[in-house]
Amino acid sequence: MAGLAILYFAWVRERIGRDEQRIDHPGAETTIAALLDTLAAESPGHAAAFADRSRLRAALDQRFVPLDTPIGEARELALFPPVTGG
Amino acid sequence: MAPRLVVRVGPEDFDPAAELARLEALPGGAVASFTGLVRDDGGLEALHLEHYPAMTERQVGEIVAQAAGRWPLLGLTVIHRHGTLPVGARIVFVGTASSHRTAALEACAFLIDWLKVSAPFWKRTIRRDGSGAWVEAAAEDDERAAGWTRE
Repeated sequence: MAGLAILYFAWVRERIGRDEQRIDHPGAETTIAALLDTLAAESPGHAAAFADRSRLRAALDQRFVPLDTPIGEARELALFPPVTGG
Repeated sequence: MAPRLVVRVGPEDFDPAAELARLEALPGGAVASFTGLVRDDGGLEALHLEHYPAMTERQVGEIVAQAAGRWPLLGLTVIHRHGTLPVGARIVFVGTASSHRTAALEACAFLIDWLKVSAPFWKRTIRRDGSGAWVEAAAEDDERAAGWTRE
């Protein structure tokens, strides 16, 4: 089964202590929010990074999506705070 | 006619005068631009900008395509830096050229408003006392960007 790459940026990356991890694909029906519940149990860093969902944003295959979006066939999930460029 | 597009994302500095000269060389007669710099808020030494390269390319490409489809532009330049940038350094440049003053001005404002809310960059402050923090997103930025879709 193909995997899912998860990328972390800014303070999400700092709290987790790594910029990327690869997992077995959790299945097309699984939402990002459900996956976050699973990942939060992996380490105190994950739990801290995902504690306040209102400050968390996500992208599937480089497109912004709400956290209740099913992962579908995506191969890359990115998790980060609201962007502050420009 | 499709506008002349220049999009650059990287750590390198840029020369606003040279970028403006390239836009002025187009036959439009109207050029607008915005340059964003690292602001000294008292005690700030530098900003560190992190980004998500694959998504930055996609998002900037989409914003540029939207501007080119919405206004009659002859030229459009977007430059965004990342890395560690000291106080006073240039961060971002948007330039537009058109035969119409309002098209140049509106497209320029649209581009910088949308870059702020949809390009995946994150700023971290580096202060002279050694402390630092991630910059919080401003709700007013979302409102400004959303304003362009209500019109």
